[in-house]
Amino acid sequence: MTTPLQVSARLRTPVTDADHVRGPRDAPVTVVEYGDFQCRFCGAAYPNLVELLRQRADTVRLVFRHFPIANVHPYAESAAEAAEAAGQRGRFWEMHDWLYEHQDQLDPVHLSLGVEQLGLPADEIGAEVARQAHGDRVRHDFVGGIRSGVNATPTLFINDVRHDGDHDLPSLLAAVDNAANP
Amino acid sequence: MTDPSGLIRPGSTAPGFTLPATPDGRQTGPDDFRGRPVVLAFYPADWSPVCGDQMSLYQAAMSEFDRHQAALLGVSVDNLWSHRAFAEDRGIDFPLLADFEPKGEVSRRYGAYTDRGESARALVVIDPDGTVAWSHLSPPDVNPGADGILDALERMDDERRVTTR
Repeated sequence: MTTPLQVSARLRTPVTDADHVRGPRDAPVTVVEYGDFQCRFCGAAYPNLVELLRQRADTVRLVFRHFPIANVHPYAESAAEAAEAAGQRGRFWEMHDWLYEHQDQLDPVHLSLGVEQLGLPADEIGAEVARQAHGDRVRHDFVGGIRSGVNATPTLFINDVRHDGDHDLPSLLAAVDNAANP
Repeated sequence: MTDPSGLIRPGSTAPGFTLPATPDGRQTGPDDFRGRPVVLAFYPADWSPVCGDQMSLYQAAMSEFDRHQAALLGVSVDNLWSHRAFAEDRGIDFPLLADFEPKGEVSRRYGAYTDRGESARALVVIDPDGTVAWSHLSPPDVNPGADGILDALERMDDERRVTTR
């Protein structure tokens, strides 16, 4: 056992049908995001990722996995579980977008209003979040991230290689184009 | 082969020590956890601006360390009161040890002290018998994550399973 060389971390948990995927199934480039809904850096990256998907619609698909740092972000876990609850009803991405567009409204009262705004059953989802019905799923994502070397949020993997560059649009476009034409 | 950084190498006996711990102020060190793996996470400073703070990440990942019955100890040259405020701010409940007086003495003994007067960003995994099983030095501004630690703990579990079979 020797100290390993500093190499870019690789995604160890392959993308499966259980993942939340946005974009074409057969896209040549897969971006996996480990994110925390209360993290402002994730909030800042969100519009760039949306724009990336728009500008490279045939090239990129985005996978979102939960990585709540609950000890620093008290609402991150419940937001993640609410997104999962919406996901079980086929509405994951709408909830995901709402959460990133309302990062200052993740407390239980506002979250419940958000769920309602999306036309989802707020009481039902509130109860599921309260009893942590989707906690295992969120934990599964988190642990997979830890084992893949996620060290901050957001952490992106582009075709399984950790993207250690910036999350602004030009950097993301360059990284994706690079992955599409190696 | 010696590590050019001087960081303690696998196979070495981990130097024993106790240091003041937060948040409750008592002294602790690896000897208090003999029979369990111990993870020492040396880091430059409380409040340092590594994006995605390393100690906060370890707190979030605590259940994974628990699965290996590993004890996690953070070590820096900050004093007890800084540690206490930092731990409160980040919701950290594992001990942060103050290598404060004589300054950096424990960090030096592990080869994890820098000429900036801070601990290096270094990870040391000690097996239940007190021998270093894995060590890793990161650049000060790079959060090494937890994957290397968990890999080392897993290998340790595997080896013990083999030897007790």
